[in-house]
Amino acid sequence: MIAVKPLLEVDDLTVDYDADAGAVRAVDQVSLQVAPGEFIGIVGESGCGKSTLLYAIARLLSAPATIAGGSVRLKGRDLLAMDEEALREIRWRDYSLVMQSAMNALNPVLTVGAQLRDTIDAHDAIPKEESPNRSAALLRMVGIDPVHLKSYPHQLSGGMRQRAMIAMALVFTPELVIMDEPTSALDVVAQRSLMLQIKELQRRIGFAAIFVTHDMSLVSHFSDRLAVMYAGQIVELGKTRDLFDDPKHPYTRALMQSFPSISGPKATLQGIPGSPPDLAHPPAGCRFAPRCPLVEPRFRVEPPAMVAIGSTLVRCHLYGRDH
Amino acid sequence: MAATIKQQPILQTVGLTRHFRVGSLLSRRYLHAVDDVNLTIGGGQVVALVGESGSGKSTIARLLALIYRPTAGEIFFKGQRLSERRSRRDVLEYHGRVPMVFQDPYSSLNPVYPASHALMRALKLHQPELSHPARRRAAEEILASVGLTPPATFLTKYPHELSGGQRQRIGFAVALACSPELILADEPVSMLDVSVRIGILNLMAELRRLKSVSILYITHDIASARYVADQLLVMYAGHVVESGPAEDVLAHPKHPYTQLLLSAVPDPRAPLTSMPAADVGEPPRVVDPGEGCRFRWRCPYAIDVCSTDTPRLRELRPSHTAACHVATSDMETARA
Repeated sequence: MIAVKPLLEVDDLTVDYDADAGAVRAVDQVSLQVAPGEFIGIVGESGCGKSTLLYAIARLLSAPATIAGGSVRLKGRDLLAMDEEALREIRWRDYSLVMQSAMNALNPVLTVGAQLRDTIDAHDAIPKEESPNRSAALLRMVGIDPVHLKSYPHQLSGGMRQRAMIAMALVFTPELVIMDEPTSALDVVAQRSLMLQIKELQRRIGFAAIFVTHDMSLVSHFSDRLAVMYAGQIVELGKTRDLFDDPKHPYTRALMQSFPSISGPKATLQGIPGSPPDLAHPPAGCRFAPRCPLVEPRFRVEPPAMVAIGSTLVRCHLYGRDH
Repeated sequence: MAATIKQQPILQTVGLTRHFRVGSLLSRRYLHAVDDVNLTIGGGQVVALVGESGSGKSTIARLLALIYRPTAGEIFFKGQRLSERRSRRDVLEYHGRVPMVFQDPYSSLNPVYPASHALMRALKLHQPELSHPARRRAAEEILASVGLTPPATFLTKYPHELSGGQRQRIGFAVALACSPELILADEPVSMLDVSVRIGILNLMAELRRLKSVSILYITHDIASARYVADQLLVMYAGHVVESGPAEDVLAHPKHPYTQLLLSAVPDPRAPLTSMPAADVGEPPRVVDPGEGCRFRWRCPYAIDVCSTDTPRLRELRPSHTAACHVATSDMETARA
């Protein structure tokens, strides 16, 4: 479906966490392509592997997590084959990361300006004397008054800290910005404001974004495509509007029925019975089978394959050829 | 449901205020966490207290749970002043009638005991007359009523063997052990996965229906408040800025803050609403705030009087009040 050459190609990426009782497969054969300038949302519940997937793509995993298979290519270059030295070259320049908790990601004893300068100087991309101007411009771009270059992280509000993080991620205008729940620590007004700002920056600068969240309604108006993850696998991947208008996978449908709405008639919602599986012992067949309202005996033993319906990919037996 | 509402409120606060001293000895300042809150919870009623972090909603829960003493104002429990409850027996009795369910089910259960330990202890403390087998039976009944079935297996499980949703159900089971009249639920679903949140909200609705217990539901999520609550109170910077029947407040928000809050809620079913671009959700000033409306710095409708007079709650629609100098009343048209 993607006409242009993809910016990021993830193929069959698999990540294991080594544990005493054997490996836990947190990400299982995830394939995903991101086009230049595309905004893709990844949604799922805690423990579904969405953050692990991000860190694997960014090559930031550390023991006990290991990449057990698959490939990640950014602009055609194999990220998994690179050593730290090569990664240092492209990190922050070709892709950057915005973490969930800016309070933990920012250094509490350095000013915002010092941390921005650090990032800029690390790549020697611009003359040293220009970096203060560049820092001020970056802060202005994300809507923070440059006086805060002299502020310490604790002097900023949660929203401003996240904005500062985003400013940092955009220092070298990378082509890919990976965001791990950047708004989840914020109140709803600050959250909406930050989302609008991210979208505006994306439109202006043209970077592609991978945006991980547990709240699919948050990205509903912002992402081009949406991937729904469950128990380490992508179970549905399609255009955001298609997913909301016509969700295919029973899990996607159930997830949408889990959010009360502030408008429209008040309906009783059911949520999803049970809880996500233990990834150390995933169910043999479809991983959603134990909680699925449409399960058939065969689904509990045979793992479903990805099926294409129009531009949507769905991992569900109900759409299989022999169904 | 409305028929079960009794004449006398279960709990009422009058001018409830709590300030915290901040700063050093030389620069003593006061953080106004809660200012002049009047709250009424009737029998069998679910009241939602909605606000962002720092708005004072958890401080109210803690005042009602007797963790903090009010700086000013009074709490009435079924008409009786809480400040008069001083003896250990009286306080224990109150805790039994008004138990609290905590936000974090991962840290509110002791990991070295079975999850039912807290439940058995609560039963022992609040119903000491029960024999051991009777207590066990009571525990199983309660576990079944919060949806933990078969209850016998949940008596022996440890917290690490339970999911977040199950742990939070234990939290409600402990609250039920005390034969409560009002449960204080402080963000009971915010730490849970989205797919199990609804289950807990439905449990709250069921407890109200079957046991006619009142619930004070404290949340930052206005959509979930609408889902369970009859009454809605919106807090901003320690003040209640709007209150009324939940549906009426959502359909006809009067306070500019409520309007902003509603416009910011992501709703895939609604078209993307535009928000004042200048508002980035900066937290309010609550340290020595002085007179005036605390929302005025962010308010697009602020006028001179907003910075000199603190607005009082006015009835702008039937049983629907808002604290705003600018908001207009629908009462005339409603009466006509």
